[in-house]
Amino acid sequence: MHELSSAQKKYLLQQKREKQFIAVMRVLLFLSFLLLWEISARFGWIDSFIFSSPSLIGRTFLQMCIDQSLFTHIGITVKETLLSFLFVVLLGIGTAILLWACPKLSAVLEPYLVVLNSLPKSALAPLLIVWLGANQKTIIVAGMSVAIFGSIISLYTGFKEVGPEKGKLIATLGGTKKDELLKVVLPSSVPLILSTMKVNIGLCLVGVIIGEFIGAREGLGYLIIYGSQTFKLTWVLMSIVILCIIAMVLYGILGFIEKRYIRRM
Amino acid sequence: MKPLLEVRDLSLSYHTLQGETTALSHISFSLMPGEFLAIVGPSGCGKSTLLNVICGLLPAEQGVILMDGSPIRTQTSRIGYMLQKDHLLEWRSIYKNVILGLEIRGKITPEKKALANEMLKTYGLDKFANARPSQLSGGMRQRAALIRTLVLKPDLLLLDEPFSALDYQTRLNVSDDIGKILKKEHKPAILVTHDISEAISMADRIIILSARPATVRKIIPIDLGLKERTPLISRNAPAFKSYFNLIWKELNQNA
Repeated sequence: MHELSSAQKKYLLQQKREKQFIAVMRVLLFLSFLLLWEISARFGWIDSFIFSSPSLIGRTFLQMCIDQSLFTHIGITVKETLLSFLFVVLLGIGTAILLWACPKLSAVLEPYLVVLNSLPKSALAPLLIVWLGANQKTIIVAGMSVAIFGSIISLYTGFKEVGPEKGKLIATLGGTKKDELLKVVLPSSVPLILSTMKVNIGLCLVGVIIGEFIGAREGLGYLIIYGSQTFKLTWVLMSIVILCIIAMVLYGILGFIEKRYIRRM
Repeated sequence: MKPLLEVRDLSLSYHTLQGETTALSHISFSLMPGEFLAIVGPSGCGKSTLLNVICGLLPAEQGVILMDGSPIRTQTSRIGYMLQKDHLLEWRSIYKNVILGLEIRGKITPEKKALANEMLKTYGLDKFANARPSQLSGGMRQRAALIRTLVLKPDLLLLDEPFSALDYQTRLNVSDDIGKILKKEHKPAILVTHDISEAISMADRIIILSARPATVRKIIPIDLGLKERTPLISRNAPAFKSYFNLIWKELNQNA
């Protein structure tokens, strides 16, 4: 490797410093928020019965870890989210393929998809409870309902964008629509599928929490509702913090898979 | 000698809600075995449409196309088609791109694989067999696309302005390359182009089409009086210029 010029070194150093500054500021912002919250609660500037405090949340967290009830709630919510995500992936890709393969079907269904996609899914949750009962099936369906229509629409649009030119290539090589799907459309849509799924896993979590709000005896959504009804707001806030972490981890896993795939390309 | 391909009284219209546009009108010509035919015409006259009909992607509304005396519909697997862009698939290596047609036709045999490797070697791409398309130059990509077509052993090759996406220098080199490759493989071919020089430098005969609706204005046999004919040598032949002027005049007569 050849020697870097001093100007280049200076530039790299500057870039590195800037990156470090941003990272430090992020942590500082978080810590000062916690500190301000804690102090306000201690000095009675805010009512810690309603607003809780970081130390209260921490203590509750430890206590629930010790009696292990927290792990059940987290486990249930994560399991339901992953299951509904799995179904969204399968059903979403499957339906998008079907729409791509039958232009007439997609023309017929298009307005329905648009309406269903823009409908606030939380409005469906009470119906689902009545129809399917207060069980995990309902919650998984609620999770799916938030993500499924949007993912069908964006996958189908992506499949269509591969374009007629590639289809012509396959046709000139003697291929059929099936070859076009397997050799061109699906392989070229892998990045799209991954990025759609990265968004969807968060949406599934939203749907699962909505479902747990009204039809569960376990899970973080249940913990939030139960906590707010019994005025244990520390429970609510702790659950929200845990939800933040779960969302970050799930998104991070899919982001990691996406990065790995792009690097392999 | 019997012609390999016969186009008889071919007509085709495009239909839209706004109305009907006649693209091809009563087109007739034939192609002899081993012959290189070029089709020139003003842009938008229906040259590419003509190729699409010949290879069976579009049905003819009127007229017949025969290959060795049988209707073209039954013969499409004998035709190779090279598109304007190379359309190499980025997630496949060059080798995997080259065998795409074999894969689709379910003809991956050891012999065919050997043929693909041999062609990559002959045309200077063996070092790039495992490379991604984006690592290749425009000319190399076009050669890879040609091998993808030739490895299917077509009896007739259709070329739809295959050099138009390349810059001028690459274009001269690639058309020279591909001209030589086709000579070597003795492939009859139909080249569609709007570049008169390209047509003269490669073709044995040139068909001049009129503006839309396309009709055959004139068919001009090219004889440059050269022993060894490659596209680049052809461009320096004394007769080249007079052919150019002849075709230029013909194209501009009622433009």
